[in-house]
Amino acid sequence: MQGPLIDTLARRGVTRRTFLKYCATLASMMALPPSVGRAMAEAMAAAKRPSVIWLPFQECTGCTESITRSHSPTIEGMIFDMVSLDYQETLMAAAGHQAEEARHAAMKENHGKYLLIVDGSIPLGIDGAYSCIGGRSNLDILKEAAEGAAAIVAMGSCASFGGIPKANPNPTGAVSVSDIVKDKPIVNIPGCPPIPVVMTGVLAHYLTFGSLPELDAQGRPKAFFGETIHDRCYRRPFYDQGKFAKTFDDEGARQGWCLFELGCKGPVTHNACATVKWNGGTSWPVESGHGCIGCSEPDFWDGGGFYKALSVPADPLKIGAAAAVAGAAAGVAVSFANRAKKKAAKAAHETTTLDDLEK
Amino acid sequence: MNELQFLTWVRGPGLDIAVGIFLLGVLWRLIEIYSLGRKKDLAAPRHAAGASGLHTVFRRSLPPQGMLKRSPVSYIGGYIFHIGLAIVVFGFAPHILLIKNLTGLSWPALPSQFVDMVAVVTMAAMVVVLVDRINKPVKRFLSTFEDWFTWAVTFLPVLTGWMAVQHLLLPYTTMLALHILSVEILLVVLPFTKLFHAFTLFGSRWYNGRINARRGVPV
Repeated sequence: MQGPLIDTLARRGVTRRTFLKYCATLASMMALPPSVGRAMAEAMAAAKRPSVIWLPFQECTGCTESITRSHSPTIEGMIFDMVSLDYQETLMAAAGHQAEEARHAAMKENHGKYLLIVDGSIPLGIDGAYSCIGGRSNLDILKEAAEGAAAIVAMGSCASFGGIPKANPNPTGAVSVSDIVKDKPIVNIPGCPPIPVVMTGVLAHYLTFGSLPELDAQGRPKAFFGETIHDRCYRRPFYDQGKFAKTFDDEGARQGWCLFELGCKGPVTHNACATVKWNGGTSWPVESGHGCIGCSEPDFWDGGGFYKALSVPADPLKIGAAAAVAGAAAGVAVSFANRAKKKAAKAAHETTTLDDLEK
Repeated sequence: MNELQFLTWVRGPGLDIAVGIFLLGVLWRLIEIYSLGRKKDLAAPRHAAGASGLHTVFRRSLPPQGMLKRSPVSYIGGYIFHIGLAIVVFGFAPHILLIKNLTGLSWPALPSQFVDMVAVVTMAAMVVVLVDRINKPVKRFLSTFEDWFTWAVTFLPVLTGWMAVQHLLLPYTTMLALHILSVEILLVVLPFTKLFHAFTLFGSRWYNGRINARRGVPV
């Protein structure tokens, strides 16, 4: 097994064995057959540093933080170093016109071949003036960069679904990448931030097979987003037994019971946190005692509150009292009408017929 | 509208509208029915009215002599699905949470697996009752659109709820949203169909028992 990546890894003290194990793990995590692990390792080891352009739009840099700093140094982090990251504002040394030139050069050189990673949503309000880089709107830059891309990876919930910028009332008119680019393959890797291994998994798949992994209806890799947090949660047995933590510091919480009543969105959230975990497999939100907030689902911010159980109203009932009063008023009005009708019938000596009883 | 937005709508504005129409309808119908009044009965009572009203409320829950044998499906099936509905609606943890949120009342939940089994039994009983209604010529003759319709709006919440828990057919989020939507349809329909018996049942039994006692047939 030889190639630029394996050489670089070896220089950094990562043995061939460790790398193979990593690839096998990655393959199994993506539900691919064991033989693929080896193929993946060979393809990645020999890979010729594909050009990657990373465009940051309306974002908080959390996605970049997740990939680069979550638990360094890891193989994930290193492999990420191994791609030719030709433009990444946060990580690149160049700035200003130099940076813009680097992007243009990479786009020209690798036209039709480079991978475009986008994090952050794209504002459409006032002609995209809410977010500009080098005097050009995000919309403009995205369209230009997407044109020559082989594929696009929408990193994080903002790029995938609009995320927090799109939250009600969406002042900037934020939209997702897939709302704008229609003619390129797009992989959505939602999450706020997304799990690093999902990113490297997609990258490895792309390098090995030259194609993107199988996606679900929302454009997410099925291997990582196929199941809900709830179905994979180690606290699931408590849900089935009806054992729930009622507050964050009661006996139930100390016993590690289900957080459903505290607003956990695990049942409606598709992500791999429960299996892959965070910080090098240390823990994940539910394990640390907080319910899932559903950050990898579209419009999670407007999902009716993080601390409200899924089965309770998302909004307070507003028309209930008014409707009750209206109903009572209608009832009284109708009963007056009925009484008047009865009185009139009595006065006119009307008789009851069979037809009346059929009513 | 994606599935989470759909769920948020049925949990938010949808629920608000449904509960609003439900409350409006229930108060309207109750006031209308109870204000209809009856002509004053000038005849002397044949029997001093005792607790016949109250007795009738309970007695009518039991099949009269011989009826259980003549119409076992109606009685046994009816009992099973009514009790089943009560267990599923009031025993399942997420339902109790909703009731607690709306009214402040709460009680311990039953284990999910038990509620799951009850839901299956309830649906089976409802299907049997429906088949019986289709098969028996008299029942079929007496059935109107309302009977089929109310069966469906009662059956759907149980079916969708069970399917959501079991992850059948559709993703959980969509199924849960459909479940809540089906309950909202039930809430909207309830006050204006025969399903209103949930509210009028005991009142009318009590009235009948009492009037019968007054006419000399105490129970």
